[in-house]
Amino acid sequence: MLKIVVCVKAVPDPKEAHKIKIDPVTKTLMRSDVPLVLNLMDKNAMEAALQLKEQLDAHITVLSMGPPPAGNVVKECLALGADHGYLLTDQAFGGADAYATAYTLAQGIEKIGEYDVVLCGMASSDGSTEWVGPQIATVLKIPVVTRVKELVEYGGQWWQVKAGMENGYRLVRVKLPAVLTVSRELNTPRTLSFSGIIKARKKEITAWGINQLGLPEESVGQKGSPTIVSDLDSLTSRRTVEIISGTREEKAEQLVNKLADAGVI
Amino acid sequence: MKKQDSPVWVIAEQIDCQVLAVSFQLIGQARKLAAELGTCVEVVLLGDNISEQARQLIAAGADKVYLGNAPDLAFYQPEIYTEIIVKLAKERRPEIMLIGSTSAGTELAPLIAAGLETGLTAHCIDLLLDENKILISKIPAYGGLLSIICPEKRPQMATIATGVFTSPHPDESRTGEIVPLKVPAELPGRIQTLKVVREEPEGVPLESAPIVVAGGAGAGDRKGWGMIADLAQTLNAALGSTRPAVDEGWTELETMIGQSGKMVSPELYIGVGLSGELQHMVGIVGAKVMVAVNNDAKSQVFEQVDYGIVDDCREFVPVLIEKIKEYREKLVTC
Ligand SMILES: Cc1cc2nc3c(=O)[nH]c(=O)nc-3n(C[C@H](O)[C@H](O)[C@H](O)COP(=O)(O)OP(=O)(O)OC[C@H]3O[C@@H](n4cnc5c(N)ncnc54)[C@H](O)[C@@H]3O)c2cc1C
Ligand SMILES: Cc1cc2nc3c(=O)[nH]c(=O)nc-3n(C[C@H](O)[C@H](O)[C@H](O)COP(=O)(O)OP(=O)(O)OC[C@H]3O[C@@H](n4cnc5c(N)ncnc54)[C@H](O)[C@@H]3O)c2cc1C
Repeated sequence: MLKIVVCVKAVPDPKEAHKIKIDPVTKTLMRSDVPLVLNLMDKNAMEAALQLKEQLDAHITVLSMGPPPAGNVVKECLALGADHGYLLTDQAFGGADAYATAYTLAQGIEKIGEYDVVLCGMASSDGSTEWVGPQIATVLKIPVVTRVKELVEYGGQWWQVKAGMENGYRLVRVKLPAVLTVSRELNTPRTLSFSGIIKARKKEITAWGINQLGLPEESVGQKGSPTIVSDLDSLTSRRTVEIISGTREEKAEQLVNKLADAGVI
Repeated sequence: MKKQDSPVWVIAEQIDCQVLAVSFQLIGQARKLAAELGTCVEVVLLGDNISEQARQLIAAGADKVYLGNAPDLAFYQPEIYTEIIVKLAKERRPEIMLIGSTSAGTELAPLIAAGLETGLTAHCIDLLLDENKILISKIPAYGGLLSIICPEKRPQMATIATGVFTSPHPDESRTGEIVPLKVPAELPGRIQTLKVVREEPEGVPLESAPIVVAGGAGAGDRKGWGMIADLAQTLNAALGSTRPAVDEGWTELETMIGQSGKMVSPELYIGVGLSGELQHMVGIVGAKVMVAVNNDAKSQVFEQVDYGIVDDCREFVPVLIEKIKEYREKLVTC
C-alpha cells in the first residue's frame, strides 16, 4: 500500500490578509480577526493524494502544525477523503521559521511511521518561502522535487514527474520515499461533499505536543529558528498622484494625451 | 567576533552554459558587503564546459571561483549540487551566502541551508549590514518592511530575485583565482534531472518590456481579464498580474509581478483593478510613469502612481483601448 502524508498549513484567509498591518508607532503587528483557512496549494496536494488513492491502493494521512484552530483545516481534509489527521500543536512550536517548521513536521512524520510520499503545497500564501518541503526532505534524508506540475509515471519505486521551471520544466526521476511539492497546475481540487463532511465526523484527529514528539525546547518554535524578525517598518507613499476626472471618454483621452506627452506610448 | 577571512559567497547559476543575470547582480551586491566586512567574494559555479564563464564571474567581481566542471553537472541536479556546496561551505565557512530565487535556486537554497542547519531569508528586496556587521534582509510584508536576521548560525543565507540589484560593469582586467572542484565519480542515485524542456514564452517578455499592463483581482472574471489582456496587446505591452489573478487561473504564474514573482522596470506601468499591495509594488523598480485604474477612490494604489483613474475597469478599459487606437491612427496619418 502507498502511504501518503499530506502536509497542510492553516493560513490567514488571503482575501482578508491585508487587514493585518504594522502599527507605525509600536512597530508591532495589528492582527484583526482574520480567519484561518486551508492554504490554497495544499488543496492541490490533497487532490493529488485523493487521485492516487483512487488509482492505487493508498492511505492518506494529513499533518499540520499550528495553533488549535488549525485543527479545522485538518478536519476539512478528512472531509475531503483523508484517512487520518494529525495536528502538531504546542505553545513551544510558536514563532517557528521555515527550518523549525520543517524540523517539527519531519519529527511528526517519523512518529507517524511508514511513508512513501510526502506531499506539500509549493508555497504557503503567507510566508511563501517554498522551503518547508525541501527542508522536511533534508531532515528525513530523502529526495525532494519542488513545483511538481505533472505526475508522468507513478505507482512503482521510481516516479517520473515534471517540475516547473522558468518557461518550461525539468523531467525528474525520483526514488521513493520522497517529498513532492505541488503547483497549482497539477490538478483542479475537488470541493467538499456533504457525505464527506458526515463521514469525517467519525474520523479522529490526533494532537501531539512537544512531549509526545519527545523534542527538546531549543529545537522547535522560535528557539529552534535560526532566523528572527528584528524590526518592522511601515512605509510612506512615494509618488504624488494626479487623479484624472471627467466623463469616461474624457478621462481616457486625457490619459492618452498625458502618456503621449511623457513619451511613453 | 567572526574571523575576517570568512568570505561572502554567491552560488551562481547557468542554463545552457549561460550564467544568469541574477548571478552577476548578486556578485555586485556581494562586493559591497565584502568591502564593508573586509573580506573577499567567492563564487561557486557548477556546469559543463564552463571555464570561460568563470572568467566572466571574475570580471564581475569574484575574487575566487570554485568551478565544478563535469558532464554530470550540466543541468541542475539537486542531490549532487547540494552535496558539493554543503561540503565546500563546511570547509570554507562563508559568512554570507546569496542565491538567486530562480526555480532551481529556490529548491537548492533550502537544501543547502538545512544541510548546514542555518537560516535562510526569502523575497529580500534589500540586503545591508547593521552596526554589528550582521546581515539584514528587508522583506515586504503587512504593508511595511520586515527586517530578518540570522544572529547566530552561519552562513547567513538569502535568496534574491532577478532585478533587485543591478548588474556590475564587467572589468576584464580584474584578476582572480579559479579553483577546480573535484566532482564525485559516483553520483548519488536517488534523483536525477533527465532533461530540461524549454517552451518559448508567448508575447513580450516582462523583464525587458518598455510598457507593462498589470491586472488584478478587480478584473472580476475571465471576461474582465480578457479586456486587460487586450489593453496590453493594443499597447504592445507585456501583461503582468497580481497573485489573486494567478490564483483565479486567469493567467500563468510567469506573469506575476512582485516579491515572489518578476521584477520589472518599464517606462510605463499601468495597474488595473489592483490594490497596490506592497508585495506587488516592490516588483516595479524605477518605472518612469505609473498609472492606476481602480474603482475605489480611497485605494492605497493611488498613493503610489503618477496618474489615477477612478472607474470600473470593465467599463473604462475598452474605452481606453479605443482612444489609444485613435491616437495611434492619428500618428500614422500625420
Ligand atoms: C511575511 C513572512 C516572511 C517570512 N520570511 C521568512 C524567512 O525569510 N525565512 C524563514 O525561515 N521563515 C520566514 N517566515 C516564516 C515562515 O513563513 C513560517 O515559518 C512557516 O511556518 C513556514 O514557512 P512557509 O509559510 O513559508 O511555508 P512554505 O514553504 O511556503 O509552504 C510550503 C508547504 O509546506 C507545508 N507547510 C508549511 N507550513 C506548514 C505547517 N505549519 N504545517 C503543515 N504543513 C506546512 C504546506 O504543504 C505548504 O503548502 C516568514 C513568514 C512571514 C509571514
Ligand atoms: C509572502 C507573500 C508574497 C506575495 N507575493 C506577491 C507577489 O509577488 N505579487 C503579487 O502580486 N502579490 C503577492 N502577494 C499577494 C499580495 O499581498 C496581495 O494579496 C496582492 O498583490 C493583491 O492583489 P490585487 O491587488 O489584485 O487584489 P486585491 O488586493 O483584492 O485588490 C483588488 C483591487 O481591485 C479594485 N477593484 C475591484 N473591482 C474593480 C473594478 N470593477 N474596477 C476597478 N477596480 C476594481 C479594488 O478596489 C481593489 O483595490 C504576496 C503575499 C505574501 C503574503
